[in-house]
Amino acid sequence: MSHSNYLIIGSSHAALSALEAIRIQDTEGSITLVTQEDTLPYSPTILPYVISGQIDPEQIFLRDAEALDRHRVTFKKGARVVAVDPANHSVSMDSGETLKYEKMLLATGAEPTLPPIPGVKDASCHVLRTLGDAVRLQSIAQKAKSAIILGAGLIGMHAAENLAKAGVQIAIVEALPRVLPGYFDEQAAGLVQQVFTEHGIKILTGSTVTHVTASNGTCTVSLESGGELSGDLLLVATGVRARMDYLAGSGIDIGEGIVVDDTMRTSSRDIWAAGDVAEARSFFGGKKRVNANLPNAVEQGRIAGMDMVGDSALKPFTGGIARNAYHFFGHRAFSVGLVGRAESAGGIEVDQVFLPSSVQYQKMVFEDDRLVAVSGVNTMLDPGIMYELVRQRVDLSEVKARFAAGPLQMGRILMSKIWG
Amino acid sequence: MGKSYPTIAFYPDRCDGCNQCVEACAEFHSGTRNPAHSRIKVSQDGEEGAFFLALCRQCGEPRCVPSCPAGALKKDIDTGVVSLDESKCVSCQLCTLACPYGGITYNPITHQVMKCDFCDGDPVCVKACPRGALELKTGSDIYNGWGDLEDLFVPGISACQGCNSELLIRHTLRRIGPNTVVATPPGCIPGVGAVGFNGVTATKTPIFHPLLTNTAAMLAGIRRYYNRIGRDVTMLAFAGDGGTADVGFQSLSGAAERGEQMIYICVDNEGYMNTGVQRSSTTPYGAWTSTTPVGTVLRGKSRDAKPMALLMVMHNCEYVATACMTFMEDYYAKLEKAVEAAKRGMAYIHVFSPCPTGWRFPPSKLIEVGRKAVETNMVPLWEYEAEARCIDFTHPVEDPLPVKAYLSLIGKYNHLDEEQVAHIQRKTDERIETLKKFTREGDVKPIQDAA
Repeated sequence: MSHSNYLIIGSSHAALSALEAIRIQDTEGSITLVTQEDTLPYSPTILPYVISGQIDPEQIFLRDAEALDRHRVTFKKGARVVAVDPANHSVSMDSGETLKYEKMLLATGAEPTLPPIPGVKDASCHVLRTLGDAVRLQSIAQKAKSAIILGAGLIGMHAAENLAKAGVQIAIVEALPRVLPGYFDEQAAGLVQQVFTEHGIKILTGSTVTHVTASNGTCTVSLESGGELSGDLLLVATGVRARMDYLAGSGIDIGEGIVVDDTMRTSSRDIWAAGDVAEARSFFGGKKRVNANLPNAVEQGRIAGMDMVGDSALKPFTGGIARNAYHFFGHRAFSVGLVGRAESAGGIEVDQVFLPSSVQYQKMVFEDDRLVAVSGVNTMLDPGIMYELVRQRVDLSEVKARFAAGPLQMGRILMSKIWG
Repeated sequence: MGKSYPTIAFYPDRCDGCNQCVEACAEFHSGTRNPAHSRIKVSQDGEEGAFFLALCRQCGEPRCVPSCPAGALKKDIDTGVVSLDESKCVSCQLCTLACPYGGITYNPITHQVMKCDFCDGDPVCVKACPRGALELKTGSDIYNGWGDLEDLFVPGISACQGCNSELLIRHTLRRIGPNTVVATPPGCIPGVGAVGFNGVTATKTPIFHPLLTNTAAMLAGIRRYYNRIGRDVTMLAFAGDGGTADVGFQSLSGAAERGEQMIYICVDNEGYMNTGVQRSSTTPYGAWTSTTPVGTVLRGKSRDAKPMALLMVMHNCEYVATACMTFMEDYYAKLEKAVEAAKRGMAYIHVFSPCPTGWRFPPSKLIEVGRKAVETNMVPLWEYEAEARCIDFTHPVEDPLPVKAYLSLIGKYNHLDEEQVAHIQRKTDERIETLKKFTREGDVKPIQDAA
């Protein structure tokens, strides 16, 4: 029976950050890295670029075998966890094998969900989460002439752009009134939508699908408004959920994800969780929720690894903040904080510049002279500096006018003075 | 052995905003002088006129590298450079969201991100700067520079393993040099053999052993003699906290008030360590010593430590600083100022000096204990210059760790209960608040002798 000092389930950003953090302190302890994928570690975020052929699927791996060897990692691929037994410090694998551990990190990420639309399950729809999905879509994209995408979140939008670049005619259907609703407000989303439309991509927002039918390799989507869309390919990107089915019966606290404290410990001793699977404290309001984005996974993974190895330099999680960077058709957008929702609260000041003709938008939201949200389309800001200003709750009362007039320069000056 | 990587140091006071570094960078990387292609960015604060730099720090543990979904960023273990493989980059921009320094930025002309690549090891920005505001440095350069100074302290002394004092004496004498008379009253430093054994001393400078009560008075007299015969010799005291804050306080206070020219270094190991770990007036609250034992009634020292360095600020000293050997660069910078200040009057440096033997922690943890003391704000690093009439934090801690992160490293605090820890946390926070009142932004200025 295999026994590891550290067992890491998953092999993407959270898992690899934890691995690095452990190895900084403990060069000897045995580490086993387990993934259900049949490949070396990769990031789901890269997959849309595989579809368009912008990047070779052989070039996407985050670590090669040599790097894993150098870290003295036992790497088990194609191995799926089916049950966890905290009392015995062991997990059961789909192969029937049992792995023992002293400390374990669950970084199993998320998996796509299918919406409860009649016909979706029967139509041969596609999702995009694994390299297998991406390679399949890439090969279909070479033959397909048209595609329908359900969902205008980051995965749907990235996939749409990359399928379009592969020569496929695209229609996107989104139930909410705008694209990328989790990250951008109406104006920013409007600019993104405008650019997509200019590139020949049809976007139907506020549209509900009533049912899906498939025949002779063509999918037909019926809309509540009465219209119909047809395509050679149906991609469902309406949402993801934490992948934690293997925890049934383990007694570990779960909600939307695996519930963790500020050092990523689960309710069970010697088990940590991080990344898209973890439900951790939010920066605003403190409520626990899944904050599924890549920078968050990196940060949580590092914290988990440091805590697992007892690194005394560990600083607890300061809370998840929604953040993302987005590049589309040569344009660039980013957001930090809840740009759309923050306005509803009291004591809020908003500073915005909206120049639709040049596809530019910038919005900053202040609460009690502190930046709480910022987003931009084609603005020259340093997103990482903006994030730190929010996270450190930097008091801007002395410099607010100068900050609003030149947030790029003032952001860099504040960075140099405060943490640079 | 660890590796030492180069870094580009920026000296803002030498920068006049000419932008030649920016243009050189753009030209090297794009063939044009358009600043949009530059990896180095200079900002000016319009109100204060000062210049600031945004440039990749080539971090030891970069945040951009693990945030790249394409594996396009890498920390090169040979050169230390965080390199970007443009053939792998998909322009997702997540690195720009991860970097807190504005070190990796979007180029709107190429639609790619860009970052400093050190120009194959010979950065053009450094060469282009006409005022020396940019310098290519490595960490080991800094240490090797100190290593080149003459070591005036012999090897083979009988200090305990992991003793902070040996490190302190060696570096202090390196900087202050041989033209020095050293006084060291009873305590660990003479105890380890600094003042002599078998007829020889451990220093290559004159050194003597005053009484606990009269260190500052004796140095004052020697300096006055040298002044009379026209020789500029530095007076240096290495005194323990007992010889400074308790027994030697009246002579120190008098010498400071008279403006006697000397560098007085208090080596504060928070008690009388060489005589068996008795409490002193700088022993912190809660600490176990042999005279503040831990039993059913007593729980270590019941009083807070005397704020010795702040008391010296109130003595019209020319220069006062706190220091910790973990922050060696900070200490050297303070010695520089102390040497100059001691030509005019008293320079007092209060060195936090953890003691593995008396405090009960492993000798290998000396540097770590110092780091945690500073990072928890238990030992704030600051300096006071008479001319400026205010205190400046030299290593401000924005986001201090809880004091427990420090206390848990040290055996003399093992017995503390939650209430005692809470007391120490509160006092630590209050002390920082008090110190802040004496800073440039604060509302209290130390009194200054009008004459």
